[in-house]
Amino acid sequence: MRDDDRIRKESVGISRRDFLKVSGISFSVPLVMGTRIIRVAGAPVALQGPGKVPMTFTINGKKFTAELEPRVTLLDALRQEFDLTGAKRVCDRGTCGACTVLLDGKAVYACSILAIEAQSHAITTVEGLAAAGSLHPIQQAFVDNDALQCGFCTPGFVVACKAFLDRHPNPTPEEIRKGLGGNLCRCGTYVGIQAAVMQAARMQKGG
Amino acid sequence: MAEYKWPEPEKRSLIGKRHNRLDGPDKVTGRAKYTYDVNRPGMLYGKILRCPYAHARIVSIDTSAAEKMPGVKAVKIIQEPGKEILWAGDEVVAVAAVDEPTAEDAIRAIKVVYEKLPHFVVDHDLKAAGDQVRPAGEETRGNPDAAFAEADVVTEGTYGMAVITHCCLEPHGSIAEWEGENNLLVHISTQNVSGIAAQMAAPLEIPAGNIRVRQDHIGGGFGSKFGPDRWGIEGARLSKLAGGKPVKIMLERDAELMVAGARPSVYGRVKVGAKRDGTILAWESESWGTAGPTAGASPLQQIPYIFAIPNFRKKHTLILNHIGPARAWRAPNHPQACLLTMAALDDLAAALQMDPLDLFLKNIALTGQRAEIYREELRIAADLIGWKKNWHPRGDKTSGPIKRGLGLSIHTWGGLGHASECDLTIQPDGSVRVQLGSQDLGTGTRTAIGVVIADTLGLPLSAVTVEIGDNRFPASGPSGGSTTVGGVCSAARRAALDALDQIFEKVAPVLGAAPADLEAVGGTIRVKNNPSRSLPWQQACARLGGMPLSVRGRNPGPGTLTSGGVGGVMMADVSVDIETGIIKVNKMVCVQDCGLIINMKAAESQCYGAMIQGICYSLYEEKIMDRITGRMLNPNMEFYKLAGIGDIGELVVHMMTGKGYDERGVIGLGEPPVISPGAALSNAVANAIGVRVPYLPMTPDRVLQALEKKGG
Repeated sequence: MRDDDRIRKESVGISRRDFLKVSGISFSVPLVMGTRIIRVAGAPVALQGPGKVPMTFTINGKKFTAELEPRVTLLDALRQEFDLTGAKRVCDRGTCGACTVLLDGKAVYACSILAIEAQSHAITTVEGLAAAGSLHPIQQAFVDNDALQCGFCTPGFVVACKAFLDRHPNPTPEEIRKGLGGNLCRCGTYVGIQAAVMQAARMQKGG
Repeated sequence: MAEYKWPEPEKRSLIGKRHNRLDGPDKVTGRAKYTYDVNRPGMLYGKILRCPYAHARIVSIDTSAAEKMPGVKAVKIIQEPGKEILWAGDEVVAVAAVDEPTAEDAIRAIKVVYEKLPHFVVDHDLKAAGDQVRPAGEETRGNPDAAFAEADVVTEGTYGMAVITHCCLEPHGSIAEWEGENNLLVHISTQNVSGIAAQMAAPLEIPAGNIRVRQDHIGGGFGSKFGPDRWGIEGARLSKLAGGKPVKIMLERDAELMVAGARPSVYGRVKVGAKRDGTILAWESESWGTAGPTAGASPLQQIPYIFAIPNFRKKHTLILNHIGPARAWRAPNHPQACLLTMAALDDLAAALQMDPLDLFLKNIALTGQRAEIYREELRIAADLIGWKKNWHPRGDKTSGPIKRGLGLSIHTWGGLGHASECDLTIQPDGSVRVQLGSQDLGTGTRTAIGVVIADTLGLPLSAVTVEIGDNRFPASGPSGGSTTVGGVCSAARRAALDALDQIFEKVAPVLGAAPADLEAVGGTIRVKNNPSRSLPWQQACARLGGMPLSVRGRNPGPGTLTSGGVGGVMMADVSVDIETGIIKVNKMVCVQDCGLIINMKAAESQCYGAMIQGICYSLYEEKIMDRITGRMLNPNMEFYKLAGIGDIGELVVHMMTGKGYDERGVIGLGEPPVISPGAALSNAVANAIGVRVPYLPMTPDRVLQALEKKGG
């Protein structure tokens, strides 16, 4: 996917104010490229970045590794590093849901999570919902009910529906309207989506 | 010789039925690759530095720091010092780098000095525009002054709709790469696969035939993606500077909303005169609006909308300002003209103390050749929404803060199929493939083509492979004006009929019949009225002599397979909370004519989608400009609001089919149903709260303002 010319950023000295800007999260990682030990309040702390650091992910049950800057979002890592382009970049600020993926089974906006934070979680993307060549009942319901037009919001909706139905196996129309309010469609497929969710709920109950 | 017409109702095996989309499985699994998803080997990421000012002159540009950055492969100035910038977000410099963060850093490192110039971003106030205007024309017909004098009732009102953007979920963009000095491969998000190369050739100084254009899927266009755009050309130039490596430029969301297309606003003062019995006599309107920096589209020709009022005087003025350029937005000019007209007639009905449905029916002859279609559609829509039961005179008199109301509107569109060619290839093993340089915007174009070919050849839909999205395939028109389905289906039908003719020739001796006595039904070629004398499809194709059969289908061509001119009706039922100003859509009904329907499921989806987009622009969407900075205040998706799944109420679609409709051939459907929602919802709100909310979107503040003015 990527050109071979890797950029080696000079590691720069870091002031305490700069460190506090980095993030409030401290990681315990082995000493590898891009990681330095600094002392904060007398205690050693491993600091990653601002250059590329190696990262490891569990996506759809498989291991993926990449060297990424800490500022890279999970969405961009999926799309640009691993060619998992089902999750879409639309608003890029946690509004539209087109980038929805599951993190330990919970629906999240991949555009608003840093890749570096997602390492210790099980990530499921739309590509991982069904075995190759088959459709998950939710995906089949979307096809059957024409719950897609241009299809750009569809993967996000499908994944959001998966998380929603896991928590609401017998949804009411009102619950659907609330539970899928975090995803937007521009073509206007909501009528099909409402019908698809109801069908998928029936199918998953063995109906 | 084939007779070029659509099959009779009893002969249609697939046409008009409900089909799942051919590309549905790809889209729901994430397998469908959009331009944004294309990752090419060695690909560079392009970013664009945009001017922050609405009106400015570039004084100087310093790109030296960006050029020195590791990982930056190309930097290109798009507009040189001295150039005048006419809208915030206009392109100034482009860069390409090995990854996106590096490209962003490079953009931040570029220093541009601007001389700020005075800007103007207002569009609803014609007086404030001063000399920043262009007359778009005026016209008088009959004798409006005499007609107004003769009228028993004259009503006046002000109406309008703000500028909105296209807000395609897949932004505009492309990946351009050079193969040698003179050949370009471009993946581009476009409504115009066959027409892009000709637009890129001159600026890049290469023959159009050297440009390959690819696009499997597009994430929305709505009229904003017909050209390569400046960023598409600059992407190709960056690629050249970077030794031909692929350069991907996809607009960020803020740029998409600021510069990649908007629907012109319209505001107007309208006066209507009628007799006491509702006979409409006279119309007078002065309207204005903006299409941005240049004089763009004007709705004048469509005013008054549909109703040919015998005496009128009308005038429209375009305001030139610094809000960024407009583009065709689904049904250009029609929603604007529709609101001005249908809202004015609704206000007239209220003044006459008439049910607007009765007023429309009373004057239905003014709608011209489709009068009987509208009459029928109004009757069906009224049944579906319970108009007679639920309608009340203007102003819900029930107690409590929630007021309910009904509104209606009618609309029209052309939709004649565009020029299209396709290649249909049938192999000796019976496999069927059709190729054309078209695109499927989500309308279901791919599936419609497949349905037509399969129905004609007597095969299941799954037996046909449809390939679109490549300009090496036979050319097909751009997807605009609801012209695609009519065009590609007509070309496909002719190709399939011609192919059948040739197969009948080969098979006739085997079946001991004349070619003209054969038909393709249920996977066989058989003698008409004698199913016992038949050959399975594959055996028939085996008679092709070991070579594939290739046929070029064309539209226009012999026989009439497409036509234009449709009518539709929309009715809306809303509740308005007069304490908060919040409008809730309870129900909307769409009754639509579009000739012969190919895939009923996709046709209904078009109407649902249009109603939902209509709810968006009627209640939520607005490109809000800041007078002080001249910039768009909401170039994002939290404040550029679209309807969510909970905002749409119950939607009902009824497609007109059968006699009087089917024989008109295949007509486009994309545009028509998006025209009426603004007027229908505006009228429903007025019916609920007893006063007109003049401007769309009818946000809570505008609703409360209207109520305050009324003194409610």
